[in-house]
Amino acid sequence: MTNHWNDIANADAIMMIGANPAENHPASFGHIMDAIDKGAKLISVDPRFTRSSARAHIYAPMRSGTDIAFIGGMINYVISDIEDHPENYNLEYIENYTNSLYLLDPDFQGPADLEGLFSGYEGSNNETDDTKRKYDKSDWAWQTDSQGIPLRATSLNDPNCVFQHLKSHFSRYTPTMVNAICGTPEDTFLEVCQTYAAVGKAGKTGTIMYAMGTTQHTHGAQNIRSYCILQLLLGNIGCAGGGINALRGESNVQGSTDHCLLFHILPGYLKVPQSVDSSLADYIARSTPTSNDPLSLNWWKNTPKYIVSLLKAWYGDAATSANDFGFHYLPKINAGQNYSHISLFEAMDDGIIKGLMCWGQNVAVGGPNANLERSAMDKLDWLVVADMWQTETANFWQRPGADPTDIQTEVFLLPALSSYEKEGSVTNSSRWSQWRYKCADGPGEAEDDLYMLTAIYRELKELYETEGGPNAEAITNLTWDYGSGHPDVHKVAKEINGYDLTTGKLMATFGALKDNGDTTSGNWLYCHSYVEPGTDATAPDGNRAARRDPTDTSGIGLYSNWSWCWPVNRRIIYNRASVDLDGNPWDAAQPVITWTGSGWTGDVPDGGAPPMNQGGYYPFIMKPEGLSRLYGPGMAEGPIPEHYEPWESPIDNPMSNQQSNPAFKIWRPEEQGSTSEYPYVCSTYRISEHWQGGQMTRNNPWLVKLQPEPFCEMSEELAADKGIENGDRVIVRSKRGEVNVVAVVTKRFKPFEMNGTTVHQVGVVWHWGYTGLSTGDSANLLTPHVGDANTMIPEYKAFLVNVEKAD
Amino acid sequence: MADKAFLYDATRCTACRGCQTACNQWNENDEEIPTVENGVDAVNTGSYENPPELSPHTWVKIRFAEVERNNKLSWLFTRLACMHCTEASCANVCPTNAISHLEDGFVLIDQDWCIGCGYCVQACPYGVPHKDEETGTARKCTSCIDRRDNGYEPACIKACPPGALSYGDRSDMLSLGRQRVTALGGDATLYGENELGGLNVLYVLDDSPEVYGLPAEPKLATSNAIGQWIGGLLTAGLITALPLWFIFKRKNQIAAGELNEGGAK
Repeated sequence: MTNHWNDIANADAIMMIGANPAENHPASFGHIMDAIDKGAKLISVDPRFTRSSARAHIYAPMRSGTDIAFIGGMINYVISDIEDHPENYNLEYIENYTNSLYLLDPDFQGPADLEGLFSGYEGSNNETDDTKRKYDKSDWAWQTDSQGIPLRATSLNDPNCVFQHLKSHFSRYTPTMVNAICGTPEDTFLEVCQTYAAVGKAGKTGTIMYAMGTTQHTHGAQNIRSYCILQLLLGNIGCAGGGINALRGESNVQGSTDHCLLFHILPGYLKVPQSVDSSLADYIARSTPTSNDPLSLNWWKNTPKYIVSLLKAWYGDAATSANDFGFHYLPKINAGQNYSHISLFEAMDDGIIKGLMCWGQNVAVGGPNANLERSAMDKLDWLVVADMWQTETANFWQRPGADPTDIQTEVFLLPALSSYEKEGSVTNSSRWSQWRYKCADGPGEAEDDLYMLTAIYRELKELYETEGGPNAEAITNLTWDYGSGHPDVHKVAKEINGYDLTTGKLMATFGALKDNGDTTSGNWLYCHSYVEPGTDATAPDGNRAARRDPTDTSGIGLYSNWSWCWPVNRRIIYNRASVDLDGNPWDAAQPVITWTGSGWTGDVPDGGAPPMNQGGYYPFIMKPEGLSRLYGPGMAEGPIPEHYEPWESPIDNPMSNQQSNPAFKIWRPEEQGSTSEYPYVCSTYRISEHWQGGQMTRNNPWLVKLQPEPFCEMSEELAADKGIENGDRVIVRSKRGEVNVVAVVTKRFKPFEMNGTTVHQVGVVWHWGYTGLSTGDSANLLTPHVGDANTMIPEYKAFLVNVEKAD
Repeated sequence: MADKAFLYDATRCTACRGCQTACNQWNENDEEIPTVENGVDAVNTGSYENPPELSPHTWVKIRFAEVERNNKLSWLFTRLACMHCTEASCANVCPTNAISHLEDGFVLIDQDWCIGCGYCVQACPYGVPHKDEETGTARKCTSCIDRRDNGYEPACIKACPPGALSYGDRSDMLSLGRQRVTALGGDATLYGENELGGLNVLYVLDDSPEVYGLPAEPKLATSNAIGQWIGGLLTAGLITALPLWFIFKRKNQIAAGELNEGGAK
């Protein structure tokens, strides 16, 4: 989240799209209700009327996978309205804080000119050759002066500026086109536009709450880009009650991302080394952005300090300037290659990956194309599962249809403790790192993750020391100073914060980290979280995550002395965009920061410099150019979001001849279902009563009592067509597999009437599997092995199925 | 002691059913929970509404109803549980006075005195008490008397994320409810203010009670003492003269205000 959970209460309008917070983030609804009590309008955009929709003022149905068309239509409405009623929008924000005025390369062309593609595509429409499914992005760059500083138009009317390019691009997204793609009735769509655009006025804010319904598409990252563009045009980023707010799906998913549980980053979002980086200097040169613009702070210029401090935290005395601080110990990926979930399981299926450690994750239920992923594990030499239960993943060799005598994989199940049985920090969607205490002993031999990792580390170290091996020093030189017995989690937290090696004291903030080896920090973003005792009277022993002051002095619910928030306890990031050029808040009633003439009050500002009119810098300090990107040339499939259909879609793309995203990798073209065989759109989702792969809830009798079986929701119209009665058992089939589940026939799904075409959609919950107290088929038996062009997150949310009554 | 009340705001409820789970957990209503050991067969009957009815072991549940109003779909959520009526049919018809009002207005079935005659089950206009065949007694929401006596709010109240449930002095709940109804406008109504002498569970509804499946004019079941006594004797079957004497003595003592066990109103 750019903002935080409590801040939702400050919004004047809330749009839930790709999210169902009432069911999947129930606690958030208290904040939503607080906003509604103050007059906020709640909008639910969803293929299905959900428990969240039940509380919304406006419900807009939208076919799965069509967010860009829907939001593109809203952007079209807003841009027209900005021109007609500029007084209703914050033009100072749009002109000064976004790249709206940047001048593009005159050679740049977009989908209106190129049949749905942008300049520089290496293939042709609907390219099937994987090596050509990508762009040469040179035409996408904006114009710069001789110093590399972006050239800006003097007015938003300049035909070559970003704003005008957005205008012409999104002018194709008319309400009629939105209806033809999304199936949203035009009057409902316009009601959403009018309601949400009302927060474009300076001093008004709206927030977008999104989750996996947004991201899990072949164009998921561009879905989010479209939300960002809308929010920037409405001047909502950086302000209280605004922002772009990802509802993370698990209590510590933000923490796991911060600490690099993804393949493409190191802790603190440092870029992962690539095979082309022959030295630390090469890595720094490749990964450190530069800017010659004196108005741009370009925060990532500090990359050298962060990577060297990280290496010093990991390798201690073994990290010296002579050995590039141990840079060569780090694994390096091949440039351009993806190593995320789908890729890993394809590599297992190809016999390349021979061992898998599955930590608190039930991939046999949660992974896409479950039949494929379960059988890919047959090819492993070994599998380690650390979990509180014997999950479907641990039991993959006993799954229905498999013969255990054919499977040679050796499986180790490490019994794990629950969050209540161990101490440590959890970082929530608000970016708050909150310290938790152990309140009960776990059962049997169950241990915490830190203990298990330490035990494995000690074994590995001994093996490498006695037997050697490739890159053995990467293990043998690791610092692991967490005590000799059970590892001390406070020592880990302190290492993450980092030390000044010249004094031996904990670092106070990342501003003082150095690139000469004098400082350590396991994650620069968390430097400031665990400081010397006495530095912060509210922090027990210096541990700011353990702060528990429930009072709010900000007036906007920042609760700045409750836990700790990255970066440097800044509760709303990009908050320099919440004030005008003189430092006065757009919304005087809900100020995030305010310039007093000599300093800032309120939240921790994004840097302490004075306002822009008094020599301060641009507000979006994490971008090298300092301004937020309405136009984003870093994306794989284009600098402006364009609607493409999901990989499996019931219709031809009404927008262009380019059917689906031109840049994602197609792993298994033979597994694409056709509309004739599989005529209905299907989405997968969660319900309040169960959680993720189900191991924690399907083994809980109280929750099984509430939701005892998996089900498929469908409209009354489709059920009538197919002779299905409510409560019948039905078979839902895709090209990849089938599930046998209960039919829930409901008014909450309606057929989409799309400019004369009728499309049915159904939905199947995915929590179930073949192990535990409550068993049933996982919807992931149906989902495809394709993913987003930028992130390769699987397209769980839109694919094709058929539905029949079970015999 | 001032009357206490719950306030349920149906326009804030998200039907997460944290209340149902918290109730089961606190009150250890485990008997019909599906487990491998007890073999209870839990099935989905084509609804989110599980279990489908209140029972001796389900004291609160949320009803889900898909209703079209003004050409718009509503998914209405209604809390079903004991209404803790001032004019309580269950207490009226109870032959042993096992059902009585606490000092703060909530209605409690004393499990030690319930003989399982089932009159309350029949009499309740909301279909709340259910007889547990194993214990032979009628069971329902206790208002978490054990928690409240120790300074904690009821389990369902504590669990509710969107603030649909509140608990406090009945007068405060009435004014909060009236505020909410005024803010909602239209056909919004506060249910329970006067029904059956005033309920100790108040409902904020954005429509008439019937739309939410609540009786607009719930009827009080009146007592028929002699008939109930005969019925009570038949049901009890093995009741002998001595316990009968105790029962009579207790009933008379309660009437005379000499006995506070269970709390006489």
